[in-house]
Amino acid sequence: MLRLELRKEPSRAMRYATPVLAVLLTILAGGIMFALMGKDPVEALHVFFISPLSDLFSITELMVKASPLILIAVGLSFGFRAGVWNIGAEGQFTVGALTGGVVALIFYNVPGIWLLPMMTIAGVLGGMAWAAIPAFLRTRYNANEILVSLMLTYVAILLLSVLVHGPLRDPEGLNFPESRMFHDSATLPILIAGTRANIGFVVAILVAITAWIVMARHVIGFQVRVMGEAPLAARFSGFLESRIVWLCLMISGGLAGMAGLFEAAGSVGQLVPMLPVGYGFTAIIVAFLGRLNPIGIVAAGLVMAVTYIGGEAAQIELGLPSAVTGVFQGMLLFFLLGIDVLVHYQIKSRRPSAVAAKS
Amino acid sequence: MENNAVALLELRGISKRFPGVLANDAVTFSVGHGEIHALLGENGAGKSTLVKMIYGVMRPDEGDMMLGGAHYAPARPSEARSHGVGMVFQHFSLFEALTVAENVALGMEREAASGDLNQKIIDISKAYGLPLDPTRYVGALSVGERQRVEIVRCLLQNPRLLIMDEPTSVLTPQETELLFDTLRALAREGCSILYISHKLEEIRALCESATVLRGGRVVATCDPRNETAKSLAEMMIGSELAAPPARDTVPGEVRLAVNGLTRASDDPFGVDLKDIGFEVRAGEILGIAGVAGNGQEELMAALIGESRSEQAATIVVDGTPVGCDGPTVRRAQGMCFVPEERLGHGAVPDMSLWENTLVSARTRMGLSINGFLKNGSAQAFATQVVAAFKVKTSGIEHSAASLSGGNLQKFIVGREVLQAPGVLIAAQPTWGVDAGAAADIHQALHDLMKKGTAILVISQDLDELMAISTRFAVIANGRLSTPRPVGEVSIEEIGLLMGGVHSDAVPASEAAHA
Repeated sequence: MLRLELRKEPSRAMRYATPVLAVLLTILAGGIMFALMGKDPVEALHVFFISPLSDLFSITELMVKASPLILIAVGLSFGFRAGVWNIGAEGQFTVGALTGGVVALIFYNVPGIWLLPMMTIAGVLGGMAWAAIPAFLRTRYNANEILVSLMLTYVAILLLSVLVHGPLRDPEGLNFPESRMFHDSATLPILIAGTRANIGFVVAILVAITAWIVMARHVIGFQVRVMGEAPLAARFSGFLESRIVWLCLMISGGLAGMAGLFEAAGSVGQLVPMLPVGYGFTAIIVAFLGRLNPIGIVAAGLVMAVTYIGGEAAQIELGLPSAVTGVFQGMLLFFLLGIDVLVHYQIKSRRPSAVAAKS
Repeated sequence: MENNAVALLELRGISKRFPGVLANDAVTFSVGHGEIHALLGENGAGKSTLVKMIYGVMRPDEGDMMLGGAHYAPARPSEARSHGVGMVFQHFSLFEALTVAENVALGMEREAASGDLNQKIIDISKAYGLPLDPTRYVGALSVGERQRVEIVRCLLQNPRLLIMDEPTSVLTPQETELLFDTLRALAREGCSILYISHKLEEIRALCESATVLRGGRVVATCDPRNETAKSLAEMMIGSELAAPPARDTVPGEVRLAVNGLTRASDDPFGVDLKDIGFEVRAGEILGIAGVAGNGQEELMAALIGESRSEQAATIVVDGTPVGCDGPTVRRAQGMCFVPEERLGHGAVPDMSLWENTLVSARTRMGLSINGFLKNGSAQAFATQVVAAFKVKTSGIEHSAASLSGGNLQKFIVGREVLQAPGVLIAAQPTWGVDAGAAADIHQALHDLMKKGTAILVISQDLDELMAISTRFAVIANGRLSTPRPVGEVSIEEIGLLMGGVHSDAVPASEAAHA
């Protein structure tokens, strides 16, 4: 019989080695999976993992995919550290895109350098407002934020759909459920001409660095960490639980809203019903893969972006089903959590026959 | 009763190893039939590990156990129970929302709640002088009564050996006497008792033989009736004990005043504070005794500021009302606190020692500017605490959870004391701490008192309060008795106060009804 025994002090080195190991195991298991499917595993893995890094265009696409993941995951990491489980970043992402997008549409014929900052602020506020609902319900009525935030995601997606089919529909758009295209001063500046890589990636990196400083060196980050590890010690330290819940949900909601607006004002360029594609959920994996550490999250966001781009390449070049992306993301999370268990616990075998053997 | 030729329980060369520690090193001793045998040792001496192996919670790495002349190697507690070994833990495992009988039924094998279980409970409890009503809800019972539930549960299974882990830490002196009568009656009937305690006087009063553990090894076996408390303590810690500090200070001005503090508990099973009032002056230690669960936690939360009052004037520090403020403001006013729970309340288990200084010393030690943490200063302060209080650790980078109980307590007390507080409030400062660390902590409190700090100690350990406090009060059912100088109160009187019988019906704060 096997059983798990808690280790006294888990190895610090292993904590950081775990994500790397998880990635390697995912590649290994992926290779076996490709072989079983009758593909050449070496070629398939090359298509999946190397081709996204092999040319400038692929790398810029990586940045496009990684930006929203990093922004959202950095925000979520605050709550996850504190034990505030915002599962509804996808909804906050959607509402942020909506509120920021509405600003762009109001000024659809007024260009100006002030427009993009204003849209960004509106997007952040929209995400915050959506996250304020679970924050209020939890601090006031002790309602579980996991359920509330998750369910609000579907409300947000339907809200976007209704508005894009109705009041926000492009009057010259032949009745397609799409808004007007945002004009130039309402779209994110492109970093590298001829690609889709925009300034959103730079913002995501700056946000991650700021978050890292706050988490490691500021009382706010300290509060969040103490709250997550020992709520009573947080009270003893003079931190109010309700304030931390609000803080975490505002940070994660605001950053998800910003990511939503960047998506609308970046690679998409308008409001469409299919804008939310699951970044808000994938970012949960990214946050944990990055060990809830903002710098780790940048790396994890890039790795996760590889699975998106690699998945697309695998569909095109190898004729694999689109589910391959999800399979790889799932394997990554599985191996990460699995190794985590082994880092925190030891496997001990119990000898049930020991009693008999001795007497 | 003398040891029979064949002992009931015999341990031979029992060893148990944990990652990095040898908890038990070739422990050999035996318990005779009908013997009350003490297991004595500092915290971390390996007592708990040893009894957990006897009770089947853990298994030894090496060595043999014999029970009644046969090999004995229980793989789980239920197997130990079926061999007639029962254990009453320090922390009870009872469901408050269930009745006594239901709780008893849950802890037993097979014999589910049969119709005559109630009668069995009444019979047993009468036979051993443990009054208990099987139909009452455990949530409504005192701690002493809850312990009786645990004991009755063991007795219903006709044990040959009963293990008691620190049973009197939660009892009043009267309840302790009652428990001792029960244990003696059991022993007369041939049931052996393995009794674990820190309280040396009790061991001398109750036990016929004692095994002393230190660092996982047996260092002495003796008859405690022929020893003094001092000689027992010296066997335990392996060095001479410092004499208790003399009380030669003259109290100065009032530094902490609590007036008419009334507060309903947030916890449905908690205790409401009722019109609590007292003063603590510079250079004195006020001790508050009481049986656990009589409002100590609520009082501590109100004093720390974790639960705030409606009126600022209920708590006044050096003339400044702070009743409505949180812990940070109170610390800035000069208050420091040592909560009862070390891990999870006083310290964050998985954070390093230096990060743990940030929990309570940010304000007074200037460990942050504009919200930015000064990690270097925090590390320096942690190093200072570790050095000044001789905290045994391989470094301030190690987590609080990696320290032994006594060492972590020294760290926490040191962290508060070195902030030079005007008012220090400590709950159970030496709870579960070995004698050496307890002496160090008492010395630190005494030194701080001499420097003019007003100190309040809330403790269930009467001996501790008698040893360190200058004045003394008892909390019972959320009310505080009038503080009186130590020495004017007899043990009998204290026992009555702890049982909730107030000789002084008038609360102490008649002066200030806010």
